[in-house]
Amino acid sequence: MSALTIEVTMIVNGEEIRETVEARKTLVDFLREDLGLTGTHVGCEHGICGACTVRVEGEIVRGCLMLAAQCDGKRVETIEGVSDSGEIKDLQANFVTRNALQCGYCTPGFLLTAQDLLARNAMPSRDEIREFISGNYCRCTGYHAIVDAIEKTAEARAGRNS
Amino acid sequence: MNERRNEAGLTPLDRPNSYIGRSVPRPNLGRLVQGRAQFVTDITLPRMAHAAFVRSPHAHARIKTIDTAIAKSAPGVYAAFTWHDLAGVCTPWVGVLSHLKGLKSAEQYPLAPDRACWQGEAVAAVVARTRALAEDAAELVTVEYEELTPVVDPHQALDPKTPAIHPDHRDNLAFERTIDAGNVDQGFREADVIIESTFDFNRHTGVTLEPRAIVADWNEGEERLTVYQSTQALHMMKAIFAKHLGLAEHQVRVVCKDVGGSFGIKIHVYGDDMAVAAMSKILKRPIKYVADRIESFVTDIHARDHCVRAKIGVKQDGAITAWEIDDLTAIGPYSVYPRSSGIEVNQVINLTASAYGCKNYRAHARVAFTNKNVMCQYRAVGQPVAFGVTEGLLEMAARRLGIDPIAMRRKNLVPDESYPWTAPSGLQFEKLSHHACLDKLVQMMKYEELRREQAQLRAQNVHRGIGFSTFIEVTNPSAAFYGVGGAPITAQDGATLRLDVKGAVFCHIGVADTGQGAEAAIAQIVATSFGVPIDMVRVIMGDTDHTPYGGGTWASRATGIGGEAAWQAGKALRENVLMVAGAMLQTEGKTLDIRNGAIVDKDTGRERLPLAEVARVAYYRADTLPPGFQAEFVVTRHFVPRQYPFAFTNGHQACYLEVDVNTGFVKLLRHWVVEDCGTVINPQLVDEQTRGGVVQGIGPALFEHCVYDAQGQMLNANMADYLVPMAAEMPDIEVGHVATPTAESELGAKGTGEAGTAGAPAVVLNAVNDALAPFGAQLTAMPLTPDRILKALGKI
Repeated sequence: MSALTIEVTMIVNGEEIRETVEARKTLVDFLREDLGLTGTHVGCEHGICGACTVRVEGEIVRGCLMLAAQCDGKRVETIEGVSDSGEIKDLQANFVTRNALQCGYCTPGFLLTAQDLLARNAMPSRDEIREFISGNYCRCTGYHAIVDAIEKTAEARAGRNS
Repeated sequence: MNERRNEAGLTPLDRPNSYIGRSVPRPNLGRLVQGRAQFVTDITLPRMAHAAFVRSPHAHARIKTIDTAIAKSAPGVYAAFTWHDLAGVCTPWVGVLSHLKGLKSAEQYPLAPDRACWQGEAVAAVVARTRALAEDAAELVTVEYEELTPVVDPHQALDPKTPAIHPDHRDNLAFERTIDAGNVDQGFREADVIIESTFDFNRHTGVTLEPRAIVADWNEGEERLTVYQSTQALHMMKAIFAKHLGLAEHQVRVVCKDVGGSFGIKIHVYGDDMAVAAMSKILKRPIKYVADRIESFVTDIHARDHCVRAKIGVKQDGAITAWEIDDLTAIGPYSVYPRSSGIEVNQVINLTASAYGCKNYRAHARVAFTNKNVMCQYRAVGQPVAFGVTEGLLEMAARRLGIDPIAMRRKNLVPDESYPWTAPSGLQFEKLSHHACLDKLVQMMKYEELRREQAQLRAQNVHRGIGFSTFIEVTNPSAAFYGVGGAPITAQDGATLRLDVKGAVFCHIGVADTGQGAEAAIAQIVATSFGVPIDMVRVIMGDTDHTPYGGGTWASRATGIGGEAAWQAGKALRENVLMVAGAMLQTEGKTLDIRNGAIVDKDTGRERLPLAEVARVAYYRADTLPPGFQAEFVVTRHFVPRQYPFAFTNGHQACYLEVDVNTGFVKLLRHWVVEDCGTVINPQLVDEQTRGGVVQGIGPALFEHCVYDAQGQMLNANMADYLVPMAAEMPDIEVGHVATPTAESELGAKGTGEAGTAGAPAVVLNAVNDALAPFGAQLTAMPLTPDRILKALGKI
C-alpha cells in the first residue's frame, strides 16, 4: 500500500527534481502535491477529460494515467514551464483575445494539446482541429472559440514563417 | 431605452470613451492561460487534513451498524465520523420554500444517520493526513445494511400501493400545482386537429470539469470559520454554514477565487460540505475535500427527469386553440436545500406555451420522490422542458397541417408590439421580441436555400433536417424567486467603489465570476460610468468579508443586477470626485466630468486636472481644501429589480443536421441563435455564453443520460460511459442579436447565460424529426441515440 516508495529523478520545466514518491502516485498528483505545480488540473482521473495533459519527453500524455515513478529519468513539461519559456505566448494571446476559455480549468490541457497539434500539422483545417482536441473536454465554451483561437495561431505562425 | 434619449439622441450609457458594447478581453484570463489561477482544488493550508467519504452502495437501505474502529487506527488517520459524531455541532435541514405551497421534504443530514436513500449518499467520513490515506481508511469502515425496496420510477412512486420513502410522509408526492387558464375544453372543441404526445426529458448532470471542492478552516483562536469553496453563491453559503453550525453569520467567511465550471451545480447545499465544515470545527484544523469524478456523478445534483404528456389543438390555418400538459418529474429522495426541487417544475408550467397568443392553457405538475440522486436547478431551469414540449408540439402540428414551421410561429407568436403581456400562467413579460428575432434568424440561416438543399439531398437519399425553437429565458430574478419563500438568498447586489491614491478604482461586488466573464463586464461598466481607462479598474469578488452582501451568480443575474449597482456606484463616485475637483479648481463640480482618467470641462472636454492629482490632494493635502470639506472616495450603491419578478429574455434557435438512416447517427452541421438580452455590455461574452449554452443543451439532446437500473444503481457514473459533447461532434454556432433593454435599470442589461441551453434540445429534437418525416418516424424521448432512431425507423 502506501509504504512502497521509489526514488525518482526527473527534469521538470528545466529543473532537476530528486524526490521520493509513493509507487502508486500519479504524475499529476506528484506535480500538483509534491512540486506545487497546480496549473495542471485533475478532471476525471481516468484518462477521458484531458485536464491533466502534460508533456513527457516532448509527447503529450495524461498525467492521471501515468505514474510519477514511470517518469524517472524523463523530461516533464507543464503549463508553468511553457508559459515561462514563452513557447506558447502567441497561442495564449489568441485564447485571451478570442475568449477561448471561460472557467479556464480545461485551458492548460487545451493549450498543450493545441501546441502539439500545431507541431504536427502547421495548417490544420477546422475539422482537423476539432478532431485533434476531441480528447479534451470543455464544458463552458462549446469549442467554437477554441477552434478559432487555434486556427488563428496556425495562420499567424504560417504568415511569420513564409 | 429610446425613451431615455436626450435632445442630442444620447442615452445615459453614451459616455465618452464608453466600454459598453465593446468586446474587451477579460482581465482575469492571463492567470488562467498560464496555469496561475487559484481554484479551490489548488489550495493548501498549514495543518490541513483531507476527508474521504464512505457512501451507500444501495439506493435504499437501513443502516444497521457502522464500525469505524479499524479505520481510525489506519496510518495517517486523525478521525472518523458518523452522524452520531457530528450531531452536537451541526443540524439537519429541510429543502422547502414557503411560497411553493404544499411542497414537502424530509430532514436531510450531512451523513445519513439510520437510512440511506440513494446510491452515493454519504454515511461516514474519514479525515487523514492525505487524501490517499483517507481513502485507504474509508475502505476499512464496515457498514452493515439491510436493503429496502428502492422506488426508481416516478409513476411507481405515486402509485398508492408504493410505501412512502420517508416514514413521516403519507405518500411520495413532494409537490403538485395546476394552472387552468382561458377555456381549454372549448379550445380543443374548436380545433380541427389535436395532437397528443409524451415527451421524455432525460436525467443528466453538470459534469463541471472542476468537481465540487471545499476547504473548511475553523480557527479556534478567533472563533471563525473560513470556507474556501468552489461556489456560485458565497453569501448564501455563509448564511447556511452559520445557521447549521450554530454560529453568528459574522463568524463565517466564504472565499472563492476561481471556479472551474458551475452551471447550477454549485449553488446547492451538499451534505459533504456541511460535514467537512463540522469536522473542521471538531478537529480545529483545516479540512479539504474534493469530489472525485465518480462521486460527482452520484452526488452532484442531477437535472430534468421530466415525463410530460402534452396536447395541442390547432385550426386548419395553423391557429393554436388550446394547450394542455401534464408533467411528472422525479427529484430523488429529498427536495434540495435551500432552493428546493419544486422550482424547476414551476418554471416548466409557467413557461410552456407562454410565447404564443393562445390563452387556453391547462397544466398539471407533480413532483415525486424516488431513490435516485437528488435533482435540482441546473442551467436554464425548466426551460428546455417547457420549450421541448411547446416547440415539439408546434412542429408536429405544422407537419400534420402541411404548414411551414416559420409561418406557423409567425401566425401564433405574441406580436412584438403587444407587450407588456401576461402569459396564461400569470408570468408578466415586460417586452419580448419574438418576431424581430425570428426575422433575423431566417435571414441569417438563408432558410429558403437550406430547404431547397434539403429537398435535393433527399432525392439522393441523404436525410437532413431543419429544426427551430422559440425560447424565453429567465434572468435577473427579484426577491419573488427565493427570498419570498424564506431562503437566505438575496436578490439585490451591492457594489462598493474605492478610489486609490493614483486614480485607480477598486470595485468590490457581491456577484461572482464563474467563467462567464462577469469580472470583465463589471470592469467595463465601472470604467464607463466613472470615466477611467479599463486598466484602471480592479474588480474584487469572491470574499464575503470584503464584498457587499450579494446574491452571487445564478439565473443570469451578475451583469443585469450587479452591473446596475456598479453603474450607479460609478456615477456616485464621479460626483464625489468632481466635488473635490471643483473645490480645487474653484468651480462647480457639475461643470466638470471625468473622461479617460482626467478631470475635464463637461462642455468642451478640455483637460483640467489628472484624476490622480485630485486623489493626491484629497489623501495627502486635505489641508489645502476648503474648511469643513471632506472628500468621500468610497461609495456603495445597491440594486434590486422590483417592477417585474424576472427580466425575461427571448430568442430563436435553429439547426441543420443529417441523420444516417442506416446507423442512426446524427451529424450536426450548423446551428444558429438570435437572442435578445437587452443592452449588450460585451458582445463577445454574450456570443460565447450563448455558444457554450447551446452545446450544453445539445449534450442531453443527443448523448447525456444518467442511466439507472431497476435497483436504483447508476450504471454509467464515469466519463467513459456518460457521454459529454466533445469538439469533433459539435458544429460552429452563429449568433445574432436583437436588443430590447429592460426599463427597470438604467443599464438595461438582462442575462444571457441560459439562452443557449433553453432552446437547443427542442431544436435538435425538431430537426431530427424533420429529417425523419419522410419515413413517418418521430422521436420524443431524449437523448436521441442511434438506437432510438433506428427503432423509430423500424430498423431494429
